Parts: sequence; structure tokens; C-alpha cells
Amino acid sequence: MDVILFLIFAVIAVVCGINVVVQTHPISSAISLIGVMGSLAVLYLLLGAEFIAAAQVIVYAGAVMVLFIFVIMLLNAGTETRRGRSYMAQLLGVPLLIAFLGLMAYFVARVFPESGGVRFGEFRGGSAQAVGRAIFTQYLLPFEVISALILIAILGAVVLARKEME
Amino acid sequence: MSSGVPLSWYLILSAVLFALGIAGFLFRRNIITVFMSIELMLNGVNLSFIAFSYQWKQVNGHIFAFFVMVVAAAEAAVGLAIILTVFRNRSTLNIDDISSMKD
Repeated sequence: MDVILFLIFAVIAVVCGINVVVQTHPISSAISLIGVMGSLAVLYLLLGAEFIAAAQVIVYAGAVMVLFIFVIMLLNAGTETRRGRSYMAQLLGVPLLIAFLGLMAYFVARVFPESGGVRFGEFRGGSAQAVGRAIFTQYLLPFEVISALILIAILGAVVLARKEME
Repeated sequence: MSSGVPLSWYLILSAVLFALGIAGFLFRRNIITVFMSIELMLNGVNLSFIAFSYQWKQVNGHIFAFFVMVVAAAEAAVGLAIILTVFRNRSTLNIDDISSMKD
């Protein structure tokens, strides 16, 4: 059952990921990216990360992607025009990417040959309670720093997107 | 009971998503799609954080994934504001036309 669920959602994630790259219209890319994020949320659940799965759906698939689609619609971004690439890039790009992936998969499979299977429900430390305890005890300082970062980002976004006033 | 999914499958999926993000970042010419490719890369990295967290049965990886998410949200807000400003000044989203820092 674990393998079936993993394969279904991994295939959805990869197909949507390829779709993000090959679609020429930004809206299609954004919708595909939501598909990637949704299936990744299910994979997080399979890995026992309940809180992160919920945050993934709410923050990424919800807030961030709505922001993206909002900007795409606001700017009325149309289909990307094809430009002539260098011949080298067209010829070598995809094979090099596949070679890079193959190398990566080979080393990952070598380093983690029989590292035990991932079974749903075996690791229960990813609940909101456990994550909250870790955040507010061990990682309290990074948490405060990151809240300052968010504040600065909000201010920066407001300043950047504001209309120039003469 | 079944033996479950090997951890390396999760890591390879994470690598595939990261590589797709790199491909989009390098091949695409629309600045918004380039930005979405960065989000794709961050998601791939998050998946390996969670997978390793499962492997060591510790919650630390979840915290890092959470921080990555927060940084990605902040980055999206600031980046899209920059895109808005660039579009207002240049009326284009093509990154080939926005290369005055290169020259």
C-alpha cells in the first residue's frame, strides 16, 4: 500500500514538474506547480510529517501560489515567445540533465542501499505538538529571527510595489 | 507486512524535482516561470529534509523544512514585488530584455 501510494503521487509530482518546465503559458505552469505541491503534501504525510504537510498545503499551495497567480493575472502575462537558443544548449541541455540525474540516483542508491523501508505510521514525531515543542524550546532563537525576516520582507514588498509619488 | 518504500526513492524523487527546477530556471525566458522553478527546487530540497528526518526519527528536519517554507514565502513576496516594479518600468517580463546589469 505504501509503495502504491508513493508511486502514484511521485508520478503525479514528476509529471506536474515536467509540465511546469515545458508549458509556455505561466498560468499553466502555476497550476502544474500546485499539483506538485499537493502531491508532495501527501508524500510528507506518508513520511509522518503531519504539520509540514498541512503547512505545505496552506502556505505553499494556498498563499504563495495565489500570490503567483495574482501577479500573473495582474501583469497579464502571455505566452512566452520562443527565442533562438544557442545550438549547443539545445543539443546538450536535456542529455546533460539526464546524465546529472542518473549520476545522482546512482550515488543515492549506493549511499543508502538498504536503509530500511519507509512505512506509514512508524514515525510519529511530526505532529503539531512535537514540532511546536521543538520550535519553542530548541529552535526559539531561529524562530524569532525568522519572524523578523518575515516582517522585513513585508516592509520590503510594500516599499517595492508602492507607486512612485512625485 | 510489506517492507515499505526504500528511502532512496524519496531522495531520487527529490533530486528529480530539483533537476526539473534547474532546467526551468535555465531554459525558461519568462521571469515569473523562472521564479516558479526556484520554488520547485525549494520543494525538492524540502522533501529530502523530511525524508532524512524520517530516517533518523527526529523532528529537526521538519523544523528546517518549516524554515525553508517561511523563507520561500518571504522570497515570493519580495520577488513578486520586484517583478511588479520591473514590469512597471520596462513593460516586459522576458529576462533577455532585462539585462542592463550584464552590460
